[in-house]
Amino acid sequence: MTDTRSVGLVVPQRARFDQALNLRSGASLPGFELVFETYGELNADRSNAVLVCHALSGSHHVAGVHANGSPGWWDNLVGPGKPLDTNRFFVVGVNNLGGCYGSTGPMSINPATGKLYGADFPVVTVEDWVTTQARLADHLGIDCWAAVLGGSLGGMQALEWTLRYPDRIRHALVIASSPKLTAQNIAFNEVARQAILTDPDFHGGHYYEYGVVPARGLRLARMMGHITYLSDDQMAEKFGRQLRDGKLKFNYEVDFQIESYLRYQGDKFATYFDANTYLITTKALDYFDPAGAYGGDLLAALARAKADFFVASFTTDWRFAPERSRELVYALLHNGLDVSYAEIECSAGHDSFLLDDPQYHAVVGAYFDRIET
Amino acid sequence: MTEIFGRFDFDVIAHWVRPGERVLDLGCGDGSLLKFLAAERGVRGYGVDNDPGNVLACVKNGVNVLQFDLERGLQGFEDDSFDHVIMSLSLQTVRHTEGLIREMLRVGHEAVVSFPNFGYRRHREAIARGRMPVSEALPYQWYQSPNVRFFTIADFEALCADKGIEIREGLFFDEGREIRDDPNLNAELALYRLGRRL
Repeated sequence: MTDTRSVGLVVPQRARFDQALNLRSGASLPGFELVFETYGELNADRSNAVLVCHALSGSHHVAGVHANGSPGWWDNLVGPGKPLDTNRFFVVGVNNLGGCYGSTGPMSINPATGKLYGADFPVVTVEDWVTTQARLADHLGIDCWAAVLGGSLGGMQALEWTLRYPDRIRHALVIASSPKLTAQNIAFNEVARQAILTDPDFHGGHYYEYGVVPARGLRLARMMGHITYLSDDQMAEKFGRQLRDGKLKFNYEVDFQIESYLRYQGDKFATYFDANTYLITTKALDYFDPAGAYGGDLLAALARAKADFFVASFTTDWRFAPERSRELVYALLHNGLDVSYAEIECSAGHDSFLLDDPQYHAVVGAYFDRIET
Repeated sequence: MTEIFGRFDFDVIAHWVRPGERVLDLGCGDGSLLKFLAAERGVRGYGVDNDPGNVLACVKNGVNVLQFDLERGLQGFEDDSFDHVIMSLSLQTVRHTEGLIREMLRVGHEAVVSFPNFGYRRHREAIARGRMPVSEALPYQWYQSPNVRFFTIADFEALCADKGIEIREGLFFDEGREIRDDPNLNAELALYRLGRRL
């Protein structure tokens, strides 16, 4: 590796958990496996461990490169000398339960039937993920995370950690996230699900048995998702009304560059992502609402939390708008917790949290610098 | 902006704050006042600033900072949720002065404000010469100043009298020395402890 700020070549690891897992839905799994990666060294006190939680389409592959050359999805943030500095911290990335990158999920064998789970894999929630992540922490000998962080759905997991295991997390970084989805946000997820569920190749979620994938549904879901992850301004700047082939065609092939972009993104996604995982993950997003058990009172819901918080949002993010982050910040203030909040000026909409905006990375880096190890 | 006066205004504010209080500092800059109050008084403090550089400086200083726009007011903050709400040398930088002071006294039991006195002798002299004042207290040219409201000690006290804002204590300074004689003319800086009139 010539990039000295990369953790370099990484190889995923696997852990098996044989104790039954009772899920929020009431269903249970007899056991499960999680695929994970680690970067940096766990110190002697085991006090420098940081968990990175992934969002909808992310994975355990956070940083460095795989043998096939694929970079981690947050490689610009995590590495030696980067904002989350692997010279100081022991960083863990994990593929969530129900995922399609190797952890137990719809594409795993159901021990009860000997066939792939498919649609029979239970709906899992943010709470369930945090429970399984705690078992991974036990497995790694980590009693207390120095920090748990994530963007979007990953930020929900960081928040849930502070509620479910308040004594096992010192800092939570909740980025481009929300303490619950709005109706509009759930609505987008529902359209995505309908695209998949109504694809003739879906076969009630058992498409593996038919040797097909609901690629059309997955593609539509991803195309619509992409629209919501970008900002109007950025789309105008990046694509405007540019034509791909220089003239209007007066048919339904690609006229505009934005159409070409969305089709490309949708097609690519449909080749590697699993539709059942997509369905489960959007449900996990919709269901997350820690205030729900407190009659909608977020202030009361957060009373259990003890961690210090860093909350960040992006000015052009309308899918997880700054207003949602402020709501979380005020609830943390009510509970007297230490919290810093940065509202980053960035044109890239929800996707901003994956980019390396200088102010964003400087503030995250400064926050990590003051975390004791 | 707080640095231009050194630390003596910090000392005054620290004197007004009791140990262990909850403090909100509006326009907190790099967080040095909150850092000082945490060290001297063990306060649990939060700063508010909308400037990205200041937000970064606060995080580096280990100070809780909230990047909010004060022009939107303090609507998300709960009534009586802080012992003191401080606005150190920033009152002249916000448009809705009256509304903000009212909000400070809703959110805090007491408010502390400090501001440069536009009625200060040297400022009057500058105006008399036909130019806007530039001084240690007002270090900006008119075309690059962050200040949007220009008022004197007398103006401020008239506002308080008019709007039912109780002045519990006022201290006035010129080059670090306390001024008792005609502060509206002789003081470049005013500090007030404000409360709600019962």
